Amino acid sequence: MAFTNEQIERYSRHIILKEVGAKGQKKLLNASVLIIGAGGLGAPAAMYLAAAGVGTIGIADADEVDLSNLQRQIIHATKDVGKAKVLSAKETIEEMNPDVTVNTYRTFVTSENIMDLIKDYDFIIDGTDNFPAKFLINDACVMAKKPFSHAGIIRFQGQLMTYVPGEGPCYRCVFKNPPPKDAVPTCKQAGVIGAMGGVIGSLQAMEAVKYILGVGQLLTGYLLTYDALKMEFRKVKLPTKTDDCEVCGANPTITELIDYEQAECDGVGL
Amino acid sequence: MLITVAGVKKEVKDDLTVAQLVIDEKVETPQYVTVTINDEFVESRDFKNTVLKDGDTVEFLYFMGGGQ
Ligand SMILES: [Zn+2]
Repeated sequence: MAFTNEQIERYSRHIILKEVGAKGQKKLLNASVLIIGAGGLGAPAAMYLAAAGVGTIGIADADEVDLSNLQRQIIHATKDVGKAKVLSAKETIEEMNPDVTVNTYRTFVTSENIMDLIKDYDFIIDGTDNFPAKFLINDACVMAKKPFSHAGIIRFQGQLMTYVPGEGPCYRCVFKNPPPKDAVPTCKQAGVIGAMGGVIGSLQAMEAVKYILGVGQLLTGYLLTYDALKMEFRKVKLPTKTDDCEVCGANPTITELIDYEQAECDGVGL
Repeated sequence: MLITVAGVKKEVKDDLTVAQLVIDEKVETPQYVTVTINDEFVESRDFKNTVLKDGDTVEFLYFMGGGQ
C-alpha cells in the first residue's frame, strides 16, 4: 500500500520521527484498537488514535450523550445530546480523518459478548467507569491473550497500567476482586476534573501507539499514578511474583468470565 | 527507623505494623487498598501481623473506578 500525497502531508510529523517513519505509519494504518467506553477516557483516546491514523477503531458503549458528559467527553458536542455515544464518536472521528474505519458496538460489555468484541483487535483500551467492567475486560484480555490499557480517574487523580500477555502483572494481580458496590466512590458520587480524562486517556492512546509501533517501554509491571493537585506523576513498580493470580497465575481458578453486580456508576450516562 | 511510603522517606517508630501505618497515613477505604512492601504484595488479612523493618519501601495502590 503506497501513501497518497495527502497522507504523506497529513502524517508528516509522524513520518519524520525515526521511531515511526513510513514503516511505522503503515503499521498504524494497518492496526486496530478497540475502545470500550466512549467517555472521559475513551473520547481523547479515540481522537488521538484517529488523528494518528490508526486504521480501524472500534468503539463499544451502550449510552447516549448526556449534557453532564460534555464537561469532559470532548468527542461529543452540545448538538449530540441524546444521540448514541458510539454514533456521535464515529461522526467526530470521520470528520477528523477519512483514513479511519470506525466500527461501533452499541452495547455494554458482558461475559457473553466481550470475547467476540475483542477478538479482531490488536489492542484494547479500557475506558469504562465501573469495576465489574474493568475486571471483565482484564479477565477476557488475559484469556484471549490480548494486550490492553487499564485506566481509572476520580476527582484530581488518575491511574494507568498496561497489560501485555506474559510481560507482567494483570489488573487482577494487583486488585484481586471488585470492591463491593458503593464501597469505593465513583465519579458520579465524587466528581472528576474534566482534563483528567484528557491526561489519562491520551496516555492510553500513547501506550496503544507504542505497542503498535513496537517502540519504547510500555507501562507493563508498573502502575502510573497522577495527582493533579500535587502535580505529581509516580511510576510505582508492581510485584513480579504473581504466579498465584486467580486469572493469569500458574493455576488459574477463574477460567470463565464473571458478570459482577453492576456498580452505581454504570449505565446512567456517566 | 526510616521507611519510604509512597515515595516519601519517613521516620517511624520501631515495630510499626502495616495496619497502623494505614491508619497513620489516613488511607481512604483501608479495607480495599492494595499494599506492597519492597515490591511484594501484602494480603489485607496480614496487615495486623506484618511488622515493618528499617529501609522498607511501602506503596498503597488504590481502586480507581471512574472513566466515563
Ligand atoms: Zn494476574
